Amino acid sequence: MSFEWPWQHSFPPFFTLQPNVDTRQKQLAAWCSLALTYCRHHKLYTLDVMEAQESPMFNNKKIERKLSMEAIQVVFEELRKKGNLEWLDKNKSRCLVMWRRPEEWGKLIYQWVSKNGMVNTVFTLYELSNGDDTEGEEFHGLEDWMLLRSLQALQAEGKAEIITMDDGKGVKFF
Amino acid sequence: MDRFSWSNGLLEINETLVIQQRGVRLYDGDDKAKLDVGVALLSTHRLIWRDVKNHECCIAMPLSQIIFFEEQAAGIGKRSVAKIVIHLYPVPANKEPGPYQHSKYPYIKLSFKEHGQIEFYRRLTEEMTQKRWESTSLSQPIPTGTSPQVGRKTHAVGIIGIERKIEQKRKETDKNISEAFEDLSKLMVKAKEMVELSRSIANKIKDKQGDITEDETIRFKSYLLSMGIADPVTRETHGSGTHYHLQLAKQLGDMLQAPLEERGGMMALTEVYCLVNRARGMELLSPEDLVNACKMFESLKLPLRLRVFDSGVMVVQLQSHSEEEMIASALDNVSDKGSLTAEEFAKLLGLSVLLSKERLLLAEKMGHLCRDDSVEGLRFYPNLF
Repeated sequence: MSFEWPWQHSFPPFFTLQPNVDTRQKQLAAWCSLALTYCRHHKLYTLDVMEAQESPMFNNKKIERKLSMEAIQVVFEELRKKGNLEWLDKNKSRCLVMWRRPEEWGKLIYQWVSKNGMVNTVFTLYELSNGDDTEGEEFHGLEDWMLLRSLQALQAEGKAEIITMDDGKGVKFF
Repeated sequence: MDRFSWSNGLLEINETLVIQQRGVRLYDGDDKAKLDVGVALLSTHRLIWRDVKNHECCIAMPLSQIIFFEEQAAGIGKRSVAKIVIHLYPVPANKEPGPYQHSKYPYIKLSFKEHGQIEFYRRLTEEMTQKRWESTSLSQPIPTGTSPQVGRKTHAVGIIGIERKIEQKRKETDKNISEAFEDLSKLMVKAKEMVELSRSIANKIKDKQGDITEDETIRFKSYLLSMGIADPVTRETHGSGTHYHLQLAKQLGDMLQAPLEERGGMMALTEVYCLVNRARGMELLSPEDLVNACKMFESLKLPLRLRVFDSGVMVVQLQSHSEEEMIASALDNVSDKGSLTAEEFAKLLGLSVLLSKERLLLAEKMGHLCRDDSVEGLRFYPNLF
């Protein structure tokens, strides 16, 4: 399924940071949602800022417009404030994109676990993210760090417990 | 060449050798002297020449004999050699015998076959400037010509003399200029006092507003304005102004109606300034006067207004001019064409680019338009966000 670009993506002013405060708010909201849907579609979990500048998301070659570095940083800051983005380094060159928040992932995983009656079973992390059983699930292929965070969120809710085993980590669902 | 005397070539007690140069041939005027090539020695007191092959043959001439000297550049070709030409005073009566009894030339030449003329020339210049022979006399009496009686200052001959004249002239000019500007700086001091005085009076007026009559105040303010001093009283109490500005405002009100209507109800203040002054021909307005007059439009209930945009641009517009209408029509225009730059908009409306940009920016501020800033320039689109 090819990615569907929102109408703003072909609108040249979309790529200029608007000075009018109200307009800017709407613009940034559109950018945030575009960034998250794009990452979700392509299953991107980390972004390198330099690469992002050249990606078709921020750079629409058809209308010859692209977001300036300054504007990209503003968009990322917005995402961070909403909880969808986390910087991996102090220089703000790489970041984690959580187009789904850990809590949301946790919920999905738990739903699958309980749907299949696998409560009180122990899983390895690998089984959850790459096992044959989970194929077709949205969280299949989830990167380890994201998976861990989602399980931590479940743990905080009391619905799971993370166990450290010899060759890695595992989790038990309650 | 008849100024030279035979010498033993030894330096005297107070005499110092400055420079010596081999390969020098002497010329009596333009003719080669009947001497061979030798060594030329320059001392603080004399010019000495010694034959290289025959050391016994040595002649000397006191430097005081020299009127002036100059370089003669070498010509083209291997044979041509650089020379120094030395012009001399007439033979003094008590000169010691030398190689020549008599010469028809008043000048000699030193020909530098082995080069070195530049340094020799430089040292000779130095010695001739310093004239060290005058301060330290030699043990042997040496005929010195007419030089010692004549004072240094009137020795205005030769290059040194010319240089001295130039220096003197420069000093005089300097003095004249500083004298002239002395008056100017005195004027500046007085002007400062004047400004202080007027400022203190203006403050006193402000304090004792009731004591002085309106008429006098206005007259005083007009004096201040005519002197070009900003009057704090007028600024604060902007209702009252000078009579001049009031009249001017009325005149502008009449004059600008037609042009404003032609231009869609708005004109930049600079355009007004040009129009008004061109129409007046004489008695031109200063920018301050124009601004002050325009500020009075509202209080005089004239149908014009002075308006200042965020960016600082000042315009005069008709009171009947409605900004909302303008913005609505701007939005229509932009939507029609999809997008517009300030220049395109200006062309469309017949406005100046400055004013059209102001209008677009205002529409953006109201949220009707959004901007697209790229390398192509600044474009405005209808705000679809």
